[in-house]
Amino acid sequence: MGRNLLIRLGSTVVTLFGVALIVFILVRVVPGNPIAMMLPPGASDADIALLTAHYGLDKPIMTQFWIWLGRALQGDFGTSISLRQDVMGLIFGRLPATLELATLALVIAVALGGSLAVIAARYRGTAAETGIDLFNGASLAMPDFLWGLTLILLLGVAFPVFAISGRVSPTLDLNFVSGFYLIESILRLRFDIFLDLMRHMLMPALALALPLAAVIAQLLKTSLKEAMQQDYVMLARTKGFSETRVLLSEALRNAVIPTLTLAGVQFTFLIGGTVIVERLFSYEGLGNMAIDAVINRDLPLIQGIVLVFAALFVIINLLVDLSYALLNPRLRHG
Amino acid sequence: MTTSRRDLLKFGAFGGAAFFAGLPATTVSAQGSELTIAYNVNLPSWDPTVGPSAVNPTIQAIYQSVFDMYIAQNPDLSFAPGLVTKWGWNDDKTQIMMEVRDGVTWHDGSPFTADDVAWSLERAGKPETGNPIQFVWSKIGNFKVDGNKITADVKEFEPVLFKWMSFLTGYVLPKAYYEKVGAEGFEKAPIGTGPYMMEKFERNAFVRLKANPNYWGGKPKFDTVIIKFVPDASSRVAEIESGSSQVTLEIPYDEFDRLKAKDGLAGITTPISDIGMIFLNDVDVMLDKNVRLAAHHAIDKKLIIDRLLNGYGIPIDTLETPQYAAYDASIKVGFDPEKAKQLLAASGFSPDKPVKFKIQTTKGFKPKDYEMIQAIVGMWRKVGIEAEIEIYEIAKHYELRAADTLAPAAFYNWGNAIGDPTTSTGFAMFGPSPHSVWDSKDLIDKIIPLWGEKDETKRIEGWKAVDKYIAEEGYVIPLLQYVQPIVHVKTVKVTPHVSGALLPALMSPA
Repeated sequence: MGRNLLIRLGSTVVTLFGVALIVFILVRVVPGNPIAMMLPPGASDADIALLTAHYGLDKPIMTQFWIWLGRALQGDFGTSISLRQDVMGLIFGRLPATLELATLALVIAVALGGSLAVIAARYRGTAAETGIDLFNGASLAMPDFLWGLTLILLLGVAFPVFAISGRVSPTLDLNFVSGFYLIESILRLRFDIFLDLMRHMLMPALALALPLAAVIAQLLKTSLKEAMQQDYVMLARTKGFSETRVLLSEALRNAVIPTLTLAGVQFTFLIGGTVIVERLFSYEGLGNMAIDAVINRDLPLIQGIVLVFAALFVIINLLVDLSYALLNPRLRHG
Repeated sequence: MTTSRRDLLKFGAFGGAAFFAGLPATTVSAQGSELTIAYNVNLPSWDPTVGPSAVNPTIQAIYQSVFDMYIAQNPDLSFAPGLVTKWGWNDDKTQIMMEVRDGVTWHDGSPFTADDVAWSLERAGKPETGNPIQFVWSKIGNFKVDGNKITADVKEFEPVLFKWMSFLTGYVLPKAYYEKVGAEGFEKAPIGTGPYMMEKFERNAFVRLKANPNYWGGKPKFDTVIIKFVPDASSRVAEIESGSSQVTLEIPYDEFDRLKAKDGLAGITTPISDIGMIFLNDVDVMLDKNVRLAAHHAIDKKLIIDRLLNGYGIPIDTLETPQYAAYDASIKVGFDPEKAKQLLAASGFSPDKPVKFKIQTTKGFKPKDYEMIQAIVGMWRKVGIEAEIEIYEIAKHYELRAADTLAPAAFYNWGNAIGDPTTSTGFAMFGPSPHSVWDSKDLIDKIIPLWGEKDETKRIEGWKAVDKYIAEEGYVIPLLQYVQPIVHVKTVKVTPHVSGALLPALMSPA
């Protein structure tokens, strides 16, 4: 297993290098020159040349890439053109907000999807299963941003229960040391802040969670139905266990494994999905910042954000693979 | 006693319901002390004098809440004493003189002095500072401070120098504080002399401002102003409709009409210093004057405004709006499709044998931009112009414009908060400017003398003559002056500003 881990880490490095190179080149060849966007009205050709050289954009692309890579390996990812601050500082300042949102969405998706799957499997062949299948279909058909708009309309405007924008009330002064506000509010026993955070985060988290919940529900339901046909389940029934106990104690334990690994992999898509949802809810996460970076053609910031997203995806996939081996004893010696 | 699974589920459901019921309501009420504004853009940076943010017109309202400009500007674009109370040139315009206001303090309590003004102007003029308008500020130098009076030498005469002191990057920054904390420190904790102090800032989320009790213009009416950054128009509509915010702007005109009719809400519209126009590039068929003029005469601007913008807009025939200094109401290029056909016929074109070119436009960057171009293309088709629409992002527009490789026609907007012709007609139509794509020598020769014209009356008349010439030659197609929609709760009185800046200091409880 140690050898496999080393191989995986090696391929991670290669993957990240490839991502960095591709993104670096792509953002420089797509239309939209950041220098053109910041040109003052009276700029002369000399001014343009000076500005271009100032941002290092006058050199060949590969030269720019090696310079950037050299600095990146020393932890310097450059300065944001539009925000005029250190790129990594900006990214890590926003990353906890996105991670918390994605994690909350995952928890909701697993809880909701799992519950729906268990109910559908327990009451298979009844109206309950049909209703759940319909809900799953609707959830899958609607993209997360459409769910976001629907939730804003229902729970933000028609029945204003939740906050429409932001991560926390502007009137609250948090004075937290980390960017993980949810966790820190619990640790500090600041349940007023926790409630306020939930009031802001639940709608965007739901918007992200609903499509994933449907996927989880469908997969788990199918797995449960298969598991319920196995010999050990029949044995449990003959022992006189109730159908619900058989489902939860016997079938679920084995049926849940593929669902958990799916959930882990889908977590990366959740993080990607935060880009649109964060913009819709004006949530101050990395996704929202990414959109501004693209609009402003802020090349260093775009590169930094994409690289961090890529690193997250790779790390999460690695952890999921490792956890799968832990969950399934048959794979430990594979 | 044992608890059954059913009991646990019931308890959990009840607890969950109680949890959500206990959540505080979302309504924030502006009861004379706090105001919440759902704003349409994010604030990238706090230094209003350097970087791309400094020349972004859409965030100037936030800067003007915290910082003061050298010279103030009234809501009707006229100028008024600000931190500089008197200003002018000497007789031969080789020197400028300014007098600064007494009794002003920075947000940290330290006194504002003439040294701050001199330092800010000097800093703005240095190339290494990164001020995008350095090419204006560098035209004065050798500052001398005597009490509250400042003099400086004019290195190169700039007729709109003092107007720039009310425009982009025209802000006074605190010399002592800035030198003490540096650029990074200033970014984290900016201070100004403005009506509001920055209390808390969360990037991409909000800024919370606190009233400056010692503001020289009088303490603002709201103690706290929260400006939420809500770039999505649907979310801004939801913010105002749910009561989460009391004021918002830049929402679709359909939503504006719907919201202003709701109980508790009101709407105001103001023509602002922003116009929609079609750039013409001196390439291909656009070199034909008949084609250019025909394209202009074929457009029914009023119909487009009425049908697509719900009537919110003012048709214009030059790049000057009625509020601008060089506006000439006599310059008209009327809607005349028959004349358009005649002009095209003179060049051998007709509806059966149309002239063809490409028109570029953004989609969603300005209200109904793409739809307007679609309508215009339809109008053109009737007279003998076949235009192919290309949609692109605004970033590509800037790139192509800087490289002078725009299509023969391209839609764009042009803001001009000081209303001077140099910053509208001048920058948009002067060939050597990176913002212009029309490069004909005749126009360049007409504009060049105006850059340094010292006689103000002659200068304005000169620009009017240039606008008339441009209209006669058809070098650009101005379309409309934009109207800004603002929705607010009836308990808040909002005074709009023609520059388009939504200023909290101009708001008060109704």
